[in-house]
Amino acid sequence: MKFGIVVNEGPYQHQASDSAYLFAKAAIAAGHEVWRVFFYHDGVNNASRLTEPPQDDRNIVNRWTKLAEDHKVDLVVCVAAALRRGIKEENLAQGFRISGLGQLVESGIKCDRLVTFGD
Amino acid sequence: MLHIVNKSPLTSGTLESCLNTMVDGGDVLLIEDAVYAATAGSAFESKLSAAMGRCKVHVLMPDLEARGLGDRLLAGVSPVDYAGFVALTVSNKNCQSWL
Amino acid sequence: MSDNKKFMFVNRKAPYGTIYALESLEVVLITAAFDQDVSLAFLDDGVYQLKKGMQTKGIETKNFSPTYRALEDYDVEKLYVEKEAMEARGLNEDDFIVGVTVLSRAEMGKLMDEQDVVLSF
Repeated sequence: MKFGIVVNEGPYQHQASDSAYLFAKAAIAAGHEVWRVFFYHDGVNNASRLTEPPQDDRNIVNRWTKLAEDHKVDLVVCVAAALRRGIKEENLAQGFRISGLGQLVESGIKCDRLVTFGD
Repeated sequence: MLHIVNKSPLTSGTLESCLNTMVDGGDVLLIEDAVYAATAGSAFESKLSAAMGRCKVHVLMPDLEARGLGDRLLAGVSPVDYAGFVALTVSNKNCQSWL
Repeated sequence: MSDNKKFMFVNRKAPYGTIYALESLEVVLITAAFDQDVSLAFLDDGVYQLKKGMQTKGIETKNFSPTYRALEDYDVEKLYVEKEAMEARGLNEDDFIVGVTVLSRAEMGKLMDEQDVVLSF
């Protein structure tokens, strides 16, 4: 099956991003495709390459980057939500791209299931 | 339909809204702070038990275990891992997260 | 797979306290442009999003409620309010900035069940 995932909360503050990541990994392990992860609201903060968690903690941003590299997952950050919150090309982590809300709608149209993680 | 809930029923009306609104026969998955609803002895126990007559209730065990309540699973609630979560989204034709 | 799906936006959060209501509306407008079957559902505190007479000057925030009236221009005409939620808040249909269809909780649940994609923010 083709999955789309929506992440509406930022990393560390809320469990949503962790839940979404673990769901994506499990879907891929089960042989499904995670076609796109769309980051909206404070979820855009998952794409900041300036994030520096303590060394004994998980690196949420790098984890997304690696998932994109290993499994060709399209990580899309909403441009309007990103600009509001200071996420721009210049501080965008690898594997992410900034685009419009149409990419979220497209996920709903093209994927068999769209699963949202938020507050 | 799979209904995904992530709030504790003791601080938020989300789970109650979900249970009151959903069509009979659906699946409910408790994740994140909603896993507290799946514990025996909580003030929400009677409401969840009543709902289990109309729908199937599942709980994401990694979230319950993380909160130190892995041994308090309420009878009748079906424990799932992340693979089980994925399977529920596949077996239901649609899903919604009650945010 | 059909390219025309039933999208429902479920709004359960009050406006201004958080940004969800405003950013949800932005998605609705975009979805309409994709020629999808769009409906909006207002449950719980989401009902407050539709209250008319918002005066946001004092909180120095944009009043986005007129946008609900513009939805018609985008052919988004299916706005559903849950009756129990509306009544629990002491509101009735005349309190809303736009015309809505009031549904019972049971009718709302059935409508949700029929959707292809349900987005809530």
